[in-house]
Amino acid sequence: MKRNQLSIKTIVAIGIGSAVFVILGRFASIPTGVPNTNFDTSYGFLALMAVVFGPIAGGLIGLIGHALKDAIFYGTPWWSWVVVSGFVGFLIGLVAKKINIESGIFNIKKIILFNVIQIVAQAIGWFLIAPSLDVLIYAEPANKVYLQGIVAGGLNMVTVAVLGTLLLAIYAKSRSQSGSLIKED
Amino acid sequence: MAVEMLSYIDRQSPIHRLTGVTKLICFLIWSSIAMLTYDTRILVFLFLFSICVFIVSKVKLKEVAFVLLFILLFLMINNLAIYVFSPQEGVKIYGTSHVLFEISERYTITLEQLFYQLNVTLKYFTVIPAAILFIVTTNPSEFAASLNRIGISYRISYSVALALRYIPDIQRDFRNISMSQQARGIDMSRKEKLPKRIKNAASIIVPLILSSLDKIEVISNAMELRGFGKNKKRTWYRARPFQKIDVLTLILFAFILLVSLYVTFVDGNRFYNPFL
Repeated sequence: MKRNQLSIKTIVAIGIGSAVFVILGRFASIPTGVPNTNFDTSYGFLALMAVVFGPIAGGLIGLIGHALKDAIFYGTPWWSWVVVSGFVGFLIGLVAKKINIESGIFNIKKIILFNVIQIVAQAIGWFLIAPSLDVLIYAEPANKVYLQGIVAGGLNMVTVAVLGTLLLAIYAKSRSQSGSLIKED
Repeated sequence: MAVEMLSYIDRQSPIHRLTGVTKLICFLIWSSIAMLTYDTRILVFLFLFSICVFIVSKVKLKEVAFVLLFILLFLMINNLAIYVFSPQEGVKIYGTSHVLFEISERYTITLEQLFYQLNVTLKYFTVIPAAILFIVTTNPSEFAASLNRIGISYRISYSVALALRYIPDIQRDFRNISMSQQARGIDMSRKEKLPKRIKNAASIIVPLILSSLDKIEVISNAMELRGFGKNKKRTWYRARPFQKIDVLTLILFAFILLVSLYVTFVDGNRFYNPFL
């Protein structure tokens, strides 16, 4: 198989990841009170998948998962936010190589790196891109969509910081570290 | 937790007989028009047209009522929020101000604002029937084949097919895990305080994610064994050849797209202004 093609594992990860994203987004999100914004656990999961399977998988899980969730539960995809989910997943995935979660080591340095990138990615995504697209496409009042963006983005940052870090730590623990086997005498 | 979701409804109707590719392209055209235009005349026309298509499709209102109710509720909250945050948005857009009556200085109700919010609502009403129809009349397997047909790589199309195939499975897993955790006294409902609720949510999410990661392993091994991805192309069991009606529908939709864009942008502004 050529190098530039997606591996079978990535393809399956995108499929199953999107399905889990849909279910978490629908059943395991807690409403905040501001319309259209939730304390959304699916973004913690998205961050995990992005770090484990890389930027392409992260981006596509965000894109496909969010579009399907909107479509089957809310009737119509809200494109401006769907795009941002993909963008956030892609950006977090960019540090996948650096964090190298398969090594089984997830120390303080990597935790900080992960959280810096997720906060930067989500700040650009939710504070800037999502509201701007809302204004552009749906011509909604700017102050409303920026508030929605800030509330949703802030909550998502907290979710990813808490749940994403926790999930990564659990995942790292389930990997066998290199050199963890000791030769018996 | 019997939450309903939209899924394919098998029925004999002209809409069902259209190939998935046609419906996908039409849906994309439809949502692009609805996104681009703010012209009330176009929106009203699209809305009425989509109602007609809905009737032709033989999908009963009852079958999608739960989603409609949800959307209506969402639209109501959204409209209120727009009004609260920007009660003079319409005045800004249309450039005139016809005061109907005053509540307070900021929240004066103007004809422009009402018209603007009517347009916002219409924008949703044009897309919703089309989107719902697209979901309930397209067989999921055929949908993946259609994605491939319009130029998306078959690997990614196959991921979408996998996602659609596994959503019910994962939902069942989620329910099982959540029930067994509830049996152990872990509550995720409204009765629990927010921080505790989030912590409890994690106790359901972690097993769900770990079991899903296992699933990825199993499925990718199975696909590997069957030689998935070896060839440049693949055929789809569900793909159907174009019929005459598909070609006609596509031409009709292309025509609607051109006319709508022309009417919308001919005066250099995507809003239709009746106040001038």
